[in-house]
Amino acid sequence: MSQADSDRTLPVDVPALQAVGLTKRFPGVVANDDVSLSVHAGQVVALLGENGAGKSTLVKMIYGLYQPDEGQIRIRGEAVRLSGPRDAIRRGIGMVHQHFQLVPVFTVAENVILGDEPHRGPMVSMAEATERVRRLSEEYGLQVDVNARVEDLPVGAQQRVEILKALYRKADILILDEPTAVLTPQETDELLKVMRRFAASGVAVIFITHKLREVLEVADTIEVLRGGKVVGTTTPSQTDQADLAEMMVGRSVLLRVDKAPAQPGETVLDVAGLRALDDLGLPALTDVSLQVRSGEIVGIAGVEGNGQRELVECLTGLRRCSAQRLLIGGADAHGATPHAIHAMGVGHVPEDREKDGLVGPYSVADNLVLNRFDEPQFATRGVRNRRSIRELASGLIARFDVRTPSAATPAEALSGGNKQKVVIARELAARPRLLIAAQPTRGVDVGSIEFIHAQIVAARDAGAGVLLVSAELDEVMGLSDRIAVMYRGQLVAELPAEGADRSRIGRLMAGGSEDPSPAAPSDDA
Amino acid sequence: MSADAAQTDLGISGPDPRRELRTRAQAVIVPLVSVLIAFAIGGILIWLQGVNPLVAYKVLFTAALGNEQGLTRVMEKSTPLILTGLAVVVGLRAGLFNIGAQGQLLVAAIGAAWAGYAFQLPAIIHLPFALVFGMLCGAAWASIAGVLRAYRSVSEVITTIMLNAIAIALVDYLASEPLKEADQPLTRTPAIQSTAALPDLGIIPMGFVIALAVAILLGWFLSRTTGGFRFNTVGLNPNAARYAGISVRGTIVLAMAVSGALAGLGGAIETVGITGRFEPAFNAGLGFDGITIALLARANPIATIPAAILVGILRTGAASLQFETGIQPEVVDVILALTLLMVAAPIVGRLLFRNRALKATRVTSGWGS
Repeated sequence: MSQADSDRTLPVDVPALQAVGLTKRFPGVVANDDVSLSVHAGQVVALLGENGAGKSTLVKMIYGLYQPDEGQIRIRGEAVRLSGPRDAIRRGIGMVHQHFQLVPVFTVAENVILGDEPHRGPMVSMAEATERVRRLSEEYGLQVDVNARVEDLPVGAQQRVEILKALYRKADILILDEPTAVLTPQETDELLKVMRRFAASGVAVIFITHKLREVLEVADTIEVLRGGKVVGTTTPSQTDQADLAEMMVGRSVLLRVDKAPAQPGETVLDVAGLRALDDLGLPALTDVSLQVRSGEIVGIAGVEGNGQRELVECLTGLRRCSAQRLLIGGADAHGATPHAIHAMGVGHVPEDREKDGLVGPYSVADNLVLNRFDEPQFATRGVRNRRSIRELASGLIARFDVRTPSAATPAEALSGGNKQKVVIARELAARPRLLIAAQPTRGVDVGSIEFIHAQIVAARDAGAGVLLVSAELDEVMGLSDRIAVMYRGQLVAELPAEGADRSRIGRLMAGGSEDPSPAAPSDDA
Repeated sequence: MSADAAQTDLGISGPDPRRELRTRAQAVIVPLVSVLIAFAIGGILIWLQGVNPLVAYKVLFTAALGNEQGLTRVMEKSTPLILTGLAVVVGLRAGLFNIGAQGQLLVAAIGAAWAGYAFQLPAIIHLPFALVFGMLCGAAWASIAGVLRAYRSVSEVITTIMLNAIAIALVDYLASEPLKEADQPLTRTPAIQSTAALPDLGIIPMGFVIALAVAILLGWFLSRTTGGFRFNTVGLNPNAARYAGISVRGTIVLAMAVSGALAGLGGAIETVGITGRFEPAFNAGLGFDGITIALLARANPIATIPAAILVGILRTGAASLQFETGIQPEVVDVILALTLLMVAAPIVGRLLFRNRALKATRVTSGWGS
């Protein structure tokens, strides 16, 4: 901070970064249409918008990755042409990409200095590098072990390494592209604090997100983008979540899930004493007991990595486990294969749809029957019935509002929200008696979130039992009828969603007791 | 951009025609251009040997296509090439790179020879028996690699290469000891019974007809059946396959066995249709050409047919090339190697279609994971 202060002798009214009338066209699309934006040193500006609104295009122009077709970028008042990221970095712009650009087998320090190594002659001076990176991390409160290998670090820590990389290159304009998409609630809170700290030290921060709560919490100015245009500029004190959502989507959006009281029926999932190991062979689930009844939504709240993934995998036959009791619809599901569990009437929305839930190059239609391809209606004696697959697909595409050019379009060509609608449509079309939905709205735009929530509630009202696992506490609280809190492989509390207290659940998620005492600080590594 | 998708009408009438057309055009143009470039470079090599490349290529193609004998030879040569090509194709579709078609073919060729000479059966049973027995030998040989991959995560690339070496030694031993024809010096098995031989249909060899039928059948299997859906799903996304209730291990073992059976059919047809017995010197290199062919065909069973015929023509014409012009016939190997290089590394696709190039056929799913 100290050495940076001398650089910032600018008059206060000259923005650190200013974009004036930027327009960028791609074949068939105007990605940015006359977009203007200014960020002052010491300010956090949030760029809010749905997927495809043009946020990424805008920052890519600012970072020199795209050249604007029209308009101008000014840095500290000076008009510049950025020929590439190198140029942008030289002018003090740093960017933390959504997908990290780290070398997994290098240490934190090595990653940070890569491309700008302190050296003595031709030799990299590792001791000096390590020391500089350590000082930097302390200065900004970015806790990370500088000697750890990046591949061994949790996602939140990897992100801090990315930020350190930008700071190491003396960035005083910092762009964070959807940084919270990969973070747990705790890590998110921590990052928001770090952003404020940057601003306090005179950095200009551009924060890209589609999460309303975060924007209201951290931003000085909010720029809302829709369809490539700035549709509104506001501040947290002048607006609220409903307002922002409407600006983003262009119509009023239901943030609260509208649902009637649950009418629980017979038990569809009955688990007692469930135990399982994680991928490293360490205990991930120790004695989990849980019931889900038809017509109710049971939400599992918890910081990611406390056994939720393993729980879902056990219940869907993807992970070996032992249990005193594991009944689905009254039948023993212990050791059953994914195929058998599907046949018992279980729908599964996997947490990672790209990895587990879809085959990218397959058509939307084939993905809609991915786990039903051998059912009699879709195949006769081993020959696939293409007509009935097409008919099912066209029905589901209409019913679930999947925005795709056609049923034959490869699933990988769709946006995140539409991909997820394909998965949800497939799982609900089979009329499951138990729906297990893991992170059903992760990386999905606001409009689709609303739709997916409504579909889950509709499935409940049609008599399905729903087990919802989500890292978004708001989602769990808004959608569930009952909430169970998971911590270190156990369900530590269960409470009705009606009137549940957010801060109490937060404490339970952090491993605290029921008493209101300060939650233990979370540490990664 | 999603805005783009939103504007498009939501009719489910058909696939996006532009994308479809581009994909189809690339699938044809890229291999074609690759072959042409390979021929051009081959031409330089011929020219360096003091021969006019156009004359040389004319000799090559006339020898292969200019008369009935040549045509029949091309079809005979293409038969095992189609089948080893299909063997590699099936593997690629299921995410496996079977380098072992050569070994599977050898084991099947000697198996079919034994089934052909050691039994006295009516022709209607004997011929199918010899072919099926050969296929089973190939399938069993390939399954070793399949089981190791499925249950022990051993790369099939490594194991199939090693199994090739073992197969060469094994058939050498079998043909020089237990299965050797008595009372003569050569390392070879006895001739098969006439009941096991492929009947002569005139210009078009019967083995070629079988290979064409198998290619079409395999194309249908992969695109229209639930079994093919399993193969493709495991090949494209094993995680999603597991999620969808498909047994990934079972599919890997099965795909490897089918792959071995196809290569095996190629070897068995060589034995009962061409050589009439097993001799270790025959059959060299057929399995390796199968890799070139499968990649040239972009893992498409139907496209395997023209790709294999092209290689068949080159192999047929190579002998006359040396005979009539004095050029080293290895020029043909150079042309094939260059073709493979350009198809496997997406050089031509990038050049012609820039960033809209199709991804090259993926062949290394097993590496490093």
